[in-house]
Amino acid sequence: MNELAITVIGPDRTGIVAEVTGALAGAGANLSDSTMTRLGGHFTMTLICTGAAAGDVEKALAPLSGVITAVRAVEPSGSGEQGEPYLVSVHGADRLGIVAAVTRVVAAAGGNITDLTTRLTGPLYVLVAEVDLPPGASDDLSVRLERTAQELGVEVTLRRAESDVL
Amino acid sequence: MNDLADWKPELLGVDGRVLPVVTAPAEVLSRPGTEVDPTDPSIVQLAADLVATMRTSPGCVGLAAPQVGVGVQVFAVDVTEHPKTATLHGAFVLCNARVVEANRWRPGREGCMSVPDLTGDVKRAGRIVVEAVLPGTGTAVHLVTDAFEARALQHEIDHCAGKLFLDRVAGAHAVYQRKVYL
Repeated sequence: MNELAITVIGPDRTGIVAEVTGALAGAGANLSDSTMTRLGGHFTMTLICTGAAAGDVEKALAPLSGVITAVRAVEPSGSGEQGEPYLVSVHGADRLGIVAAVTRVVAAAGGNITDLTTRLTGPLYVLVAEVDLPPGASDDLSVRLERTAQELGVEVTLRRAESDVL
Repeated sequence: MNDLADWKPELLGVDGRVLPVVTAPAEVLSRPGTEVDPTDPSIVQLAADLVATMRTSPGCVGLAAPQVGVGVQVFAVDVTEHPKTATLHGAFVLCNARVVEANRWRPGREGCMSVPDLTGDVKRAGRIVVEAVLPGTGTAVHLVTDAFEARALQHEIDHCAGKLFLDRVAGAHAVYQRKVYL
């Protein structure tokens, strides 16, 4: 099925989600996966939709005031969730390149980042990432992350995010 | 009152059948189950079926009647093999179960056979007291447990009330795609 990748960014205000999703529903675009969150006072929405043409969605979003939108057709892609789930937490004084340095180490270990959030509050920088690791990769990655964290002057922890099926 | 020490599924006296497991969205998973007469032969059969179905599903530590399409308050639990188990009562089936005390709340990530593609972070009590009756005899049970058995019981009692772990997730970012373990 034809998939659209849609981003909407604008100043946070009450009703923005209802307006955007209402416009999408009006255009026949069916939301599948999405994340919508407030980042530094901006409300940001990233959505995968099916069932509508890009042009129709652009037209439906055009009347919304004060938001930046982008609509792109994308090829459907399997989720391919594989590996052992881990959580990486980093916190410390903000400086340039923390995310780049940490994620480079994760990638070198064959880790696939499936979710990542960063927050800057005053001088404190926080990064939390969900990572799928190849079996047996965690001990070595833990050592390498620790070394990188020391170079950056931040704290890092790598821990298993195991789940129990009940 | 008894504490399950002498109970085992064989006491039900009937052979369990393996039933298909229902997955969400299914109306039966979201509807509160009705209380049962634990001595009703159909409930005794259901109890045996839940144990049989639980035992054929790899890694399954509990199964509630709504998960096999029956909207009643009956569930089976067996956390014997699980590494997070502390207090253990073996394999058992309870009817009309109620949590009467709950404390030591702890977060944990859990999945469900009826929601096969997702997991979620859910806070559960690490120590609970449950009152219920046994299938077959109707004997009243007063069960005190903790750790993983407590989490499993709360998950199954939720099923009997028409609730999924999705109804209790800790936040908008606390639902995850379930991983395929290598």
